Amino acid sequence: MGPRSGNGAVDGRFWLLQTFNGLSYGALLFLLGSGLSLIFGVMRIVNLAHGAYFLLGGYVALSVIWSTGSWALALPAAALAIAVVGILMERIFLRPLGFDPLRQVLLTVGFAFLFQQGALDIWGGDNMDITPPAALTRSVVVAGLHLPIYRIFMIVLAVVIGVALWLAMEKTRMGAAVRATVDDAQMARGVGIDTSRISMLIFALGSALAALGGVIGGAFLGVYPGLDFQILPIAFAVVIIGGMGSLTGAAIGALVVGLADNFGKALFPEISYFTLYAPMALLLAVKPTGLFGRE
Amino acid sequence: MAFLSTRRKLLTVLAILVIVVVVTPHTGPFLTLLITRALVFAILAMSLDILLGFTGLASLGQAAYLGVGAYLTAILATRYQFGLGWSFWAVIVLGALIGAASAALFGLIAIRATGVYFLMITLALGQCVWGLAYRWNSLTGGDNGLNLPGRPTFGVAMASDLNWFYLVFGFFAASLGILYLLVLSPFGRSLEGIREQEVRMRILGYNTWLHKYIAFVIAGAFGGLAGVLWATTNGHVSPEDVVLTTSVDALLMVVLGGSGTLVGGAIGAAAVLLLREYLSTLVPWWQYALGGVYVLTILYLPGGLMSIPARMHQWRAREPRTGTLAAVPP
Repeated sequence: MGPRSGNGAVDGRFWLLQTFNGLSYGALLFLLGSGLSLIFGVMRIVNLAHGAYFLLGGYVALSVIWSTGSWALALPAAALAIAVVGILMERIFLRPLGFDPLRQVLLTVGFAFLFQQGALDIWGGDNMDITPPAALTRSVVVAGLHLPIYRIFMIVLAVVIGVALWLAMEKTRMGAAVRATVDDAQMARGVGIDTSRISMLIFALGSALAALGGVIGGAFLGVYPGLDFQILPIAFAVVIIGGMGSLTGAAIGALVVGLADNFGKALFPEISYFTLYAPMALLLAVKPTGLFGRE
Repeated sequence: MAFLSTRRKLLTVLAILVIVVVVTPHTGPFLTLLITRALVFAILAMSLDILLGFTGLASLGQAAYLGVGAYLTAILATRYQFGLGWSFWAVIVLGALIGAASAALFGLIAIRATGVYFLMITLALGQCVWGLAYRWNSLTGGDNGLNLPGRPTFGVAMASDLNWFYLVFGFFAASLGILYLLVLSPFGRSLEGIREQEVRMRILGYNTWLHKYIAFVIAGAFGGLAGVLWATTNGHVSPEDVVLTTSVDALLMVVLGGSGTLVGGAIGAAAVLLLREYLSTLVPWWQYALGGVYVLTILYLPGGLMSIPARMHQWRAREPRTGTLAAVPP
C-alpha cells in the first residue's frame, strides 16, 4: 500500500508532505516528551500522569478560550495551571514516596485516573477542538504543496522552546545544576546543589510543557476523554528512543517517532504501531539508556 | 498472614473457595458474570504475581499475553469455527502455548533489564501487541474487535453463565494450585532468592537469567490461558483488552491484594472489578474510587490487603502489654 501513483512528481510530493507532517507531529511530541524525559532524568520518576497533564492542558485552554475568547492567553494560562498541578503532585505525594519505580508508577496512574474523572465531570465527554486564531488556520503553497500555517507554527514553536531550553541547560548556572542532578543526584547534593528545588522546578517545567503540547495538539488531535492514555505510550516512545534525561535525545526521539508514525501509517497501516514500538523494545534491550541517555 | 500456620492458611483459602462456589449461583446473573470475570482476571493477576511478588520483576505489559490468548480464541472461532465443541480444550492448550511462546520471545528482549528499564521494555512490548490488535484490521478487526459466535458446547452448554462460571472457577482453582506448588518448589524458592539478592544467587552458581526467563514464560502461559477465558466469557475481544491500562490494572490488583502472596492477586482482582464494574452501575464517581484506591494503597498499604490481618494481629498484640513487641512472631 505505497504511494498510489506511479507518477514521479506525485510520488515526490507524497514523500515531502509526509515528511512535513511527520516533522510537525514530531514538534508536538517534543513538547510532550522533553518534560517527561527531564522529569525522569532528574527524579527517576516514571510519570504515568504525563498524558493527563497533556489532556488537562487542552481542557484548561478551552475554558480560557470560552471565557476570554483569547487563544493566545490560553497557552500560558494552561501551562501555568498544569505546572501548579505538577508541583502539588511532586511536593505532596511523589517526593515523600522515595525511590521505588513500581510505587511511583501506580501512584501516578492513580492520579491519572483521578484527573480523567475530574476532567469528565468538569468538561464532559464530548470530543472538542481547540480552534486557533484565523491567521494560523490558512495554508501556504510551497513548491506546489499546500502546507497549513498551523503546522509550520508548531514546528517553529517547538524549535524556539527547544533552543531556549537548551540554552538554559547549557549556559546558565541553574542548567548546570540540573545536569549535575541528572548525572548524580547524591554527588550534586554533596556539593551544595539544592536538588529538592531542582526537582520541583523540573516537575513544574515538565508539566507546563505537556500542557502546552495539549493546547497546541488540541487543534488537530482534539481534546477528549481517553486522549491521555492514548498519547502516553507515544510520549514514552519518544523518551525511550532518545534516552531518558536528555534534551537532545528528546528532540531526536520526537523527530524519529513523528516521522515513523506518519510514514508507518501511510505505508504499512496494518502494522504501523508495531513498527513504532518493536524498534523501541529492541533499542531498550540493546541500549537501555536510549540513544542519548546518560547513565 | 505470617502469624497463621501454613495449614490454617490453606484451610482458610479452601474455605473461601468453597464459599465462592456455593454462594455465586445465588447472586443473580449480573454478579455471577462479574465474579466469573474477576476469576479470569485473578488468573492474570496471579501470573503477574509470579513475576512481581516472587521474582521481583514489575511488568507493565502483562495484558499482552491476555491479548494473544484472547485474539487466538476469537480468530479460531470466527474464521475456522474451531473451539466451539470439545475442541475448546485444544484452544485452552493453544492459548497457554501462544502466551508462553510470546513470553519466550519477549523474555529474550526484556529479561536482561532491571527496575525502571524492565518496566519500560515490557511497556513497549505490550504496546507492540496492542498496535497489532488495533491496526491489523484484516486479522483482528481493528478498533471494532471480533465477536465470537458463542461459547462452546461439550456435553453441557457453556452458553449458560452458571455452567461457564463453574468451568472458569475450575481453571482458577487449578491455576492457583499449580502456581502454589510452583512457588513452594525449589525453583520457586530460588526465584525468591533472586528477588532478594540476585548478585548473591549468581555467585552461588544459579543461572539467574534462566530462572527469570522461565518464570516469565510460565507467567505468559497463564496470561494466555486467562486470555482464552476472557474472550469466551465476554464473547468479544477488542484492542481495549490489551491497552496499557489493562496491564496497569493487573499490577494494581497484585499490589492491592498483596504481592508475593498469590491469593492476594485474586483478592485484588475481585476488588478492582467490583469497584469498576459494580460501583460504576451505582454511582457516577466510581473512577474517583478506583483512582483513590490506587493512591491510598500505595501510600498507606504497601503490603496490600493481605497484610491487614497480620497488621491487626500485631496491633492487638501490642495493645495490652506494651514493650512485648519481641513476642510477636515475625
